[in-house]
Amino acid sequence: MTILRLAWLSLRSRKFTSGLTIFSIGLSVMLLVGVDRIRQGAQLGFEGTLSQTDLVVGARGGSLPLLLYSVFHIGTANNEISWDSYQHFAHHPAVLWTIPLSMGDSHRGFRVVATDDNFYEHYRYRGNRSLQLAQGSRAEGIFDAVIGSAVAAQLHYHLGQKIILSHGLQGSFLKHTADPYTVVGILARTATPVDRAIYITLLGDEAMHYGWQNGAPPLEPIPASQIHPSDLHIKTISAFLLRTRSRIGTLFLQREINTYKPEPLTAIIPAFTLEDLWNVLSAADIALSLVSGAVLIVGLLVMLTALYTSLNERRREIAVLRTVGLNARQIFTLFILESTVISAVGAAFGLTVVYIVLFAVRIPVENNYGIPLAMVGVSWRVAIYLGSVVVAGALLGFIPAVRAYRNALIDGLNAG
Amino acid sequence: MSQHVSMSASEAIHLRNVVFGYNPRVPLLRIDELVVADRQRVFLYGPSGSGKTTLLGLITGILQPQQGSCKVLGHEMTKLPLSARDRLRGAEMGYIFQSFNLIPYLTVRQNVALPCQVHKRRRKNIIAPTLNEEVERLVRRLGLESHLDHNVKQLSTGQQQRVAIARAVIGKPSLVIADEPTSALDTDRREAFMNLLLEVCDEASATLVFVSHDRSLMSHFDQQISVSDISEVCA
Repeated sequence: MTILRLAWLSLRSRKFTSGLTIFSIGLSVMLLVGVDRIRQGAQLGFEGTLSQTDLVVGARGGSLPLLLYSVFHIGTANNEISWDSYQHFAHHPAVLWTIPLSMGDSHRGFRVVATDDNFYEHYRYRGNRSLQLAQGSRAEGIFDAVIGSAVAAQLHYHLGQKIILSHGLQGSFLKHTADPYTVVGILARTATPVDRAIYITLLGDEAMHYGWQNGAPPLEPIPASQIHPSDLHIKTISAFLLRTRSRIGTLFLQREINTYKPEPLTAIIPAFTLEDLWNVLSAADIALSLVSGAVLIVGLLVMLTALYTSLNERRREIAVLRTVGLNARQIFTLFILESTVISAVGAAFGLTVVYIVLFAVRIPVENNYGIPLAMVGVSWRVAIYLGSVVVAGALLGFIPAVRAYRNALIDGLNAG
Repeated sequence: MSQHVSMSASEAIHLRNVVFGYNPRVPLLRIDELVVADRQRVFLYGPSGSGKTTLLGLITGILQPQQGSCKVLGHEMTKLPLSARDRLRGAEMGYIFQSFNLIPYLTVRQNVALPCQVHKRRRKNIIAPTLNEEVERLVRRLGLESHLDHNVKQLSTGQQQRVAIARAVIGKPSLVIADEPTSALDTDRREAFMNLLLEVCDEASATLVFVSHDRSLMSHFDQQISVSDISEVCA
């Protein structure tokens, strides 16, 4: 019978207190690792949403809101940029390609994004992945719509489905009832906010608002059949994504856009702005980590208390083990092993639950909050967390172990 | 001189001029001489507080005297380091307490096997081909075969004391020490327990040191020693 086996059986015989202790340590590991995994998962998710785009351009305003609404569909655009300005930069010699984006409408909670062929052609995510159509074709006609995979899955839409778009976002009572759009394509899953949007053409967006004046629809709805492409003129868009011919050109172009005289514009480098976002969130991250650290300390103290209070009732057991021939060092080891087993099982339990929970909430979080969570492996930071939980548990075990060792020597055979 | 050497070889225990106190400045026990011959059955008696358990602590090497010589199974305990005494105790001695002899989270089988798992020397001495069979043989010998894989907490006090006998004698230790093992038993079971203990100690050819305040058990033994007579208890 090894000492480890004795330690295990001893812990098992005190199922309730051992279980509670393991649970409290597991809980703190869960918090500590969970906060870390969510942060890293969200970072990877956000960073993976947009790649190969050098600049995001919108109306003059905050850089973070611009990035959030244009790429992640969080929040709304306050101002538009003129089509002329867009054309100016789309044909700028330093520019390789641009993707225009026009937002502001929705369909049953999903954003409607008006764009053009460049979107299907040039949009890249997670390195060099391009958009693929799972079914159908790109939106080309005025009343064509392409839907993201999450939209198709949640609303059970298929090709040919007629959809009615509403003005503004969720819960708007203004519906563009006059102009039913048709689903012509469904995008393959990207695990980015692209999945949760509906894509129409820029002219389609104009058609939706044809005849509107001062933000109000015409009194008599205009039937789709009466709208001709030649009647439509694109006046504004919300933002555009841009890739420069050379990386060096990016900074010059950003400066040029930011100081563009005809219209006040903002150009941002997405990676830098995301960095700002993490800086904003790092305070919350530190606060959460501190709370989880405190919970961990409480968990370890619970273990110490449980082991220490059991010492008195275990004096007899220690005396018996000594008469059987276990030396004081082995009894010391027994107690260290008990605390180590508790903290190791607690850490393993916490880690397992974190991953099960992350796996389970990944899709709902992405769908409901638009926060893409990547599944990430165990990082060095997490390995260090887990290692220190086990080491701290083992070290705390020294306190009852020393007591037990001394009891064993002092009590002799008298403990009764 | 040669006679003296052969004498000491057949002595299981020989204490001389031993002085001991839990606080070194307050001696508790003073023993001029205590000799127990090999394979003897010795009855140690005395009122409670007379230092019986302390004396057993000295014999088993759990306690060390401040003065004197304490020779057990051919080893001078006062000269052995702590770890060697722990090893000697586990390998050569079996111990039975008054009660709560067993590790509560182990089964009967695991409790009995424990000394052989800790000490190779005990394991080598078993009669049956495997440890498991030896445990079963002993447990059957003590009439507890139906409880082999039960948790010890399910056993009655009398049954627990019998498991303690099995654990004390497994692997044939040279010395078996019983500290008031019958005081928790009623009169009928006391006799049965005594007979079993004496029989299995004989089978293991072990020296038996039996401590009790109950002098009615005295007749079972070859040698009777009053702790009060051999030691001077200091207040």
